[in-house]
Amino acid sequence: MSQPAVYIIDGSRTPFLKAQGRPGPFQASDLAVACAKPLLLRQPFDPEELDDVIVGSVSPGPDEANIARVIALRLGCGHQVPAWTVQRNCASGMQAIDSACKNLALGNSELVLAGGTEAMSHSPVLYNRPMVNWLGELYRSRSAWQKVKAFTRIRPGFFVPVIALKKGLRDPVVGLSMGQTAENLVHRFRIPRDHMDHYAVQSHQRLHHAQENGYLEEIETIFDNEGRFWDHDNGVRPDSDAQKLAKLAPVFDRPYGTVTAGNSAQITDGAAWMVLASETAVKRYNLSPVGIIKAIHWAALDPAQMGLGPVHASAALLSEQQLELADIDYWEINEAFAGQVLACVTACQSDDYCKSELGLDKALGEIPHERLNVDGGAISVGHPVGASGTRIAHHLLNVLQRNHARFGIATLCIGGGQGGAVLVENIQ
Amino acid sequence: MSTPYIHWRIERDAQDLVWLVLDVADSRMNILSRSVLDEFSQILGLLDEDLPAGVAIASGKSKGFIAGADITEFTEIANAQQALEKIQTGHAVLAQLDGLLCPTIAVINGFCLGGGLELALACDYRIAQDDAGLRFSFPEVKLGIYPGYGGTVRTLRHVNPLAAMDLMLTGRSIDARRAKKIGLVDQIVPARQMENAARHILAHRPAKHKVAKHIALLNTRPARRLLAHQMRRQISKKALPEHYPAPYALVDHWCEHYGDEEQMLQHEASSVAELSMTATARNLVRTFMLSKKLKGFARHGSAPAAHVHVIGAGVMGGDIAAWCANKGLTVTLQDLREESLAKAKMRASQYFKRQLKNPRLVKRTLDRFIPDVRGHGLSKADIIIEAVFEDRDTKQDLLASIEPKVRKDALLATNTSSIEIEKLCDALTEPARLVGMHFFNPVTKMPLVEIVNGVQTRHEILQQAIDFSRQIDKLPLPVKSSPGFLVNRILTPYMVEAGLLREAGISAAEIDQAAIRFGMPMGPLELADTVGLDIGLHVAECLDAAYGFGVPESFRTMVQAGNLGRKSGQGFYKWKRGKKVSSRRRPSPKHTETIQNRLISRIVNEAVACLREEIVPDRDSLDAGIVFGTGFAPFRGGVMQYIDSRGAAEVLATLGSLQKQFGDRFQPDSGWHEVDMETVTPG
Repeated sequence: MSQPAVYIIDGSRTPFLKAQGRPGPFQASDLAVACAKPLLLRQPFDPEELDDVIVGSVSPGPDEANIARVIALRLGCGHQVPAWTVQRNCASGMQAIDSACKNLALGNSELVLAGGTEAMSHSPVLYNRPMVNWLGELYRSRSAWQKVKAFTRIRPGFFVPVIALKKGLRDPVVGLSMGQTAENLVHRFRIPRDHMDHYAVQSHQRLHHAQENGYLEEIETIFDNEGRFWDHDNGVRPDSDAQKLAKLAPVFDRPYGTVTAGNSAQITDGAAWMVLASETAVKRYNLSPVGIIKAIHWAALDPAQMGLGPVHASAALLSEQQLELADIDYWEINEAFAGQVLACVTACQSDDYCKSELGLDKALGEIPHERLNVDGGAISVGHPVGASGTRIAHHLLNVLQRNHARFGIATLCIGGGQGGAVLVENIQ
Repeated sequence: MSTPYIHWRIERDAQDLVWLVLDVADSRMNILSRSVLDEFSQILGLLDEDLPAGVAIASGKSKGFIAGADITEFTEIANAQQALEKIQTGHAVLAQLDGLLCPTIAVINGFCLGGGLELALACDYRIAQDDAGLRFSFPEVKLGIYPGYGGTVRTLRHVNPLAAMDLMLTGRSIDARRAKKIGLVDQIVPARQMENAARHILAHRPAKHKVAKHIALLNTRPARRLLAHQMRRQISKKALPEHYPAPYALVDHWCEHYGDEEQMLQHEASSVAELSMTATARNLVRTFMLSKKLKGFARHGSAPAAHVHVIGAGVMGGDIAAWCANKGLTVTLQDLREESLAKAKMRASQYFKRQLKNPRLVKRTLDRFIPDVRGHGLSKADIIIEAVFEDRDTKQDLLASIEPKVRKDALLATNTSSIEIEKLCDALTEPARLVGMHFFNPVTKMPLVEIVNGVQTRHEILQQAIDFSRQIDKLPLPVKSSPGFLVNRILTPYMVEAGLLREAGISAAEIDQAAIRFGMPMGPLELADTVGLDIGLHVAECLDAAYGFGVPESFRTMVQAGNLGRKSGQGFYKWKRGKKVSSRRRPSPKHTETIQNRLISRIVNEAVACLREEIVPDRDSLDAGIVFGTGFAPFRGGVMQYIDSRGAAEVLATLGSLQKQFGDRFQPDSGWHEVDMETVTPG
């Protein structure tokens, strides 16, 4: 299906900030505002001229309901620019782009700011159910005597908090944590631990290399109110090596598993944006597009195998666009887990998998390692769940331009058993 | 219903409530001029004869309740008797309001100052609109008097004496929350409920707010004695009685006359009348009128700027940016050094927290304060202010590089402190668009901005810079572009002289103490330490080249040794964590008069030179610049006013004898020929 082109005009993101075990210096909306301000300042249009602001965010703060609107108002978009929030777990930032593209294609809007933001370090800590029941009782009690009685019923177990982040990273239907679904893939494709650790080390090395060479132009320096600033992804460990990683204990399937904190994505705070425009807006504001979003495809599969989502989504995207895997110059497969990325690569090469699971007549082909996540990925950069989808799509375009290449696919696995893939074309 | 009144609207509604709306004719603000009070008195007389169920007094202006008395009327008073009569008129009107037998309420929708607050306090109830910008204050003390329309008596009725005296002694303004807390207002109500609240209160007549019994003990005679003593001590740290008699008189007034309201009212009238005739009060009123003169340079209704771009995130640039953001502008602050931007944002955030308190407003203001590493704001801003290092080449290079990027209609200003505009504008392809805007450090405290008019500067550009200064609540002073402009040029010889005095072996503390005794807000050597000796030396050298002021050798040796003042921890004083380490010992003032003569003579002489060279158009502009740019003894009303009050002939004679003693740096400027030797204003 040919649809009107959606142009990528520009983009930006914050440095991704590794969570330090307590709430970081920025809330999700702060992050989004901080990197959108410079982005909008360099556009020839005013923020009020946007038609829509769409933000992917998995769990905004309790005071950030419809965080997109909060952000739009803080950005000075004025009262009249609508804004809405989308959620598709790890692909929320890609969902925002998809939603923007659909509205642009339909002619509902001409100029959209779309992105994602997540402050995972701010993820709430909640009271457990017995505690909430007890509080309810306390608030209902009128007399002093009733209150005293209520206090006699407190039990130590009431004070065990619920970590919302842990709940969010656990599939409620199949009862597996995301890490355990990765263990499923590692088991299925027989991926050795040292391959995973080696992959993780390389992710850090690639990111470090990109930082040293100034490849991450999309990053805007952000400033807090205590005189500090951040200008690079601070989860990078250029000194990390396979021996060190080999010593780490598994965190999800203890004690026998192989997925460790070292070969998994980092818990991170960050935000990313893209400015998307229709042909009309490009002409009206005399914009210089850098790329085109050709298509976005979603697929779904067994939640226990969710890490293979990219294979399913990309296969469907390629077939819809009548492209071969070999036509794709560069890939971004979100590094939720090293084992999961390696499983995706293996599955693409597997006649067996492609026939039985995708209904193809042969394997999709090989994704060359030197064309995959060339500047590192979530293992080194971090994975603020709402933002990653936007980050990889935008960074992929950056990679295509640097290498004078044409097509790229950015794809993520999605908790709950889905995959999303976007085909980006460099037009410069 | 048409009324015979110009300033008041009266409406009597179905519930028999009277709505008395003040909307002073031909004025943006409500001011209690004589004619407003006369009408008010007539109205109150009629209401007394035909008593309604209640009276609500409100403002017809969208912003503000009543701004206070008409200060221009003060300038027309010739003697203490006239002053007393004027005060007694005010007393009588507010006594009418106070004595009205039906309940009365002040419906306060915005700032409520001075006489306006006294009027509100004469009502039975006061409600304030829930608005972050609403302010209450008694600014009288800043004009050399204290509240004189019964304000001292009625404030103490509702507010505990410590808070009440603090309000009247400092002239500081408080917001609605604070006003509610101390009992100045009864309730804070959202705008949409103001009318309902007023009706409800007038109908139900709740108990009036009074000072709690245990706190009222502070008003007993022994407590007053003790507290008055402490208050005088507090005041003496800020103001000397011979310079500023009003706060001391107010403390005496409370201490001696509290108890009998009638007697206290009488004493208030006579005491304030007396104070209003002092030289201090006259000069402070003059200072107020000077600020109005500077405000008057701006045009009304010019299109306000929305976005200002500041280049250079040093202390100056950062503070200008923070100031503008707090005044509602979007600000981009450009600097390649991210460390500087981070520090500037931290200082801005601290400033916003202090100013705004409400975290939501702080966040909103911070959202307007945008660190801009890559200078994206340059091409969008309405106004660009360059505040990079004070060096001709640096500034020229910067101006040349930004000119192609800024909007054609944007105002391009340089915050230079001493380089002439003519020496910078060559860098531009359109030199006529460059204007100087010299802010003073600390930006958040100093009200003046010198608007530097280069020979080439287009008139329209100059006017835009003046209008913008007003938009951000600064006082614009147009000055001719010449080295040091007005303020630094007059201040530098004074600081040089302080350095020479120090070299002559007089202690820094004694020199500074003498300057403070004269009425300067801070001694010259402490000022040099605060500004930074490196910066001071730089300015002194520039101006020495132009005017031959001389540069004390000690400045050079101190800078070479790295003793730069506050920022390095050592200058003329020792500094610890930004605070001066002062010895307990007070200097025994041996040379006060000599020091004062030497310091002030250099200011005076340079002021005359500036007038001769027409750096500013007239003597009032000069005095305004000196008072608002340096804090020069406001109670003296400026340098030229000081010459007049001391007698020009005497000042000139002092210069002559100093010249004999110390050489030609005291040689009277040729401009003295123009100074009228006969004028000696009494006071």
